Amino acid sequence: MLNMKNVSKVYRTDTVETHALREFSLIVEEGEFVSVTGPSGSGKTTFLNIAGLLEDLTDGAYELDGRDISKLNDKERSRVRNEKIGFIFQSFNLIPELNIFDNVDVPLRYRGFNADERKRRIEQSIEMVGLGSRMQHLPAQLSGGQQQRVAIARALAGEPRFLLADEPTGNLDSQMADSVLDLLAEINAAGTTIIMVTHELGLADRARRNIFVRDGQVSDNAPELHLASMAAG
Amino acid sequence: MFRYYLKLGTLSIRANPMLSALMVAAIAVGIGACMTIFTVRHVMSGNPIESKNDQLYHVQVDNWNPDDPYEEPDGAPVQVTYLDAKALFDAGRAFRQTTSFKTSRVVQPDGDDARPYQEDARATTADFFPMFDVPFLYGAGWDRASDETQDHVVVLSRELNEKLFGGEDSVGRTLMLNDEAYRVSGVLDTWNPVPKYYDVNNNPFEAPARLFLPFSLAIAGSFDNNGNTSCWKPVEEGSGREGFLASECIWIQMWVELQNASARQDYMNFLNAYVEEQKLLGRFPRPLNNHLRTPSEWMKYNEVVDEDVDVLLGLAILFLVVCLLNTIGLLLAKAMRRAKDTSLRRALGASRAELFKQHVIEAGMIGVAGGALGVVMTWFGLRGIESIFIEYEFMQHLVRMDWSMVTLAVVLAIVSALGAALYPTWRTCNITPASYLRLQ
Ligand SMILES: Nc1ncnc2c1ncn2[C@@H]1O[C@H](COP(=O)(O)OP(=O)(O)O)[C@@H](O)[C@H]1O
Ligand SMILES: [Mg+2]
Repeated sequence: MLNMKNVSKVYRTDTVETHALREFSLIVEEGEFVSVTGPSGSGKTTFLNIAGLLEDLTDGAYELDGRDISKLNDKERSRVRNEKIGFIFQSFNLIPELNIFDNVDVPLRYRGFNADERKRRIEQSIEMVGLGSRMQHLPAQLSGGQQQRVAIARALAGEPRFLLADEPTGNLDSQMADSVLDLLAEINAAGTTIIMVTHELGLADRARRNIFVRDGQVSDNAPELHLASMAAG
Repeated sequence: MFRYYLKLGTLSIRANPMLSALMVAAIAVGIGACMTIFTVRHVMSGNPIESKNDQLYHVQVDNWNPDDPYEEPDGAPVQVTYLDAKALFDAGRAFRQTTSFKTSRVVQPDGDDARPYQEDARATTADFFPMFDVPFLYGAGWDRASDETQDHVVVLSRELNEKLFGGEDSVGRTLMLNDEAYRVSGVLDTWNPVPKYYDVNNNPFEAPARLFLPFSLAIAGSFDNNGNTSCWKPVEEGSGREGFLASECIWIQMWVELQNASARQDYMNFLNAYVEEQKLLGRFPRPLNNHLRTPSEWMKYNEVVDEDVDVLLGLAILFLVVCLLNTIGLLLAKAMRRAKDTSLRRALGASRAELFKQHVIEAGMIGVAGGALGVVMTWFGLRGIESIFIEYEFMQHLVRMDWSMVTLAVVLAIVSALGAALYPTWRTCNITPASYLRLQ
């Protein structure tokens, strides 16, 4: 489903050139649950952003569902993001002025669903993350874990085939992190492909496949997962 | 999506109350300044007799100096001599015709303690009233016979009738003017043409006269001409009033009503023939140079709207531009604040086009608010103009706003807001979706 070949990404400012990804190659099949680990600054977020069409790549090839991404115009890319991809961010990124219901509504608006269809999907996905009684609350009135659940509900409401999560538990305590992970496992079991970036090896362990990134490349000598299991205690 | 964007616009305006208020204020002030001047200009350049514009003609015949035209390079005089006024009027070749000039009379109100005072008057002919669609509250103008018999009849303005007769129907009553008794033949309803197209040579923005009386009577009684007089040949010395009336001095306004193009052509031929005939008598030394101009042509020809007003309008527009540059700055600041919201929406599937729509609609809302406040500002601006020019009576009639002005103000505000929003919105739409989400 996702096929990156020799992708590189260079950030240029007036004074520095940062090679965030170099010759990055990866294939992810439909239905997989892949975790991505690696040191800070190794290029994990960059990879995820490129995978989610949030950023352009500098060099290389990227196919999503067999389509060459470089050939899509802005409208088509926006549509792919909207329909096929769900995002979950470390900092939740909810819109503070909108209540929970309206936050989940955002991607559905751009999808062009009618009001009934949107309402059905919003309620269904908010119920699913266990916040059915909080629909009229503003994000600031919820705990971090609850906010991240709202973000997950927002990502799921459009029934994407592909979920990208960047340190989804980074701002949560371990108990909340676990419940978010449970939710992701459940979603993956229902057929959604998930790529999750995390620096916590213990969480990475719960994925079915682990990728280790170092210096902008997929590293062959990834630390053994049992080490991670041990680290997670 | 339109309603959704209206909602987002409302939320965004509420989330940035200071910025939004500043933008609305900047637009409103700019619009207010522009619309104030524009309204003044609009009123000044209006045509109060639009409906008869193709039937009324101001008469010009060129009796001027052979060596020095009235106006370079070949402008004909803007008024006529008494000789020509009388000859053309007596010929009666138009459907209606009127000769008139500005004068004044001493009004002697009834009652022992009422003191006499001077009042502006217009000496004119019977046709004046029907030609210019002058509205009557009571009675009517005098008839054509009175023009010949020099009857002592008078038409009062509504205000003067209120002052002298308490607003009653005064038709048939007697009014003393300069120790002569006049019979009131009619009282005008409110009549305030701006500009005063029938006599633009004597301040086109002054209020109309409050007394109207027969031209022939004014001539016979040697009433003073209070308007402009120009002569290119000195009046024969010691010839007195008779000499002045027989001179080449111009001081009378002449208008004719011609009902269609062929009548106009006939009248033009008549004028030309008249001048040719006068040439044989030694008058009209210049080449044939006669003109019939409609009220709108006439006002344009006389540059009723002063160039200063255009300069002022230019300055006001410049001011609006400065206000809009300000707005652009504010919008950019707002866009910066909202960069995260924008990139998030991009990530969730908003295309550039959708974001563009969202921001344009929001800018439109700011524009509507700015326009509404701008109308209020314009109102204050116009009151300000009135109070500055309080001693000029005509200004009181000058500044009023009609619906077309209000609409124009709002449309201009919206267009301005959208114009100002263009660059900031373009910037916003080109934000890389990821750039502001990378906070970890
Ligand atoms: N917008 C940017 N401009 C310049 N450099 C950037 C930008 N985004 C990321 N980088 C750099 O790219 C490298 C990879 O960053 P990132 O993908 O965020 O790493 P990770 O998520 O693994 O911590 C880092 O060196 C980072 O400083
Ligand atoms: Mg990162």
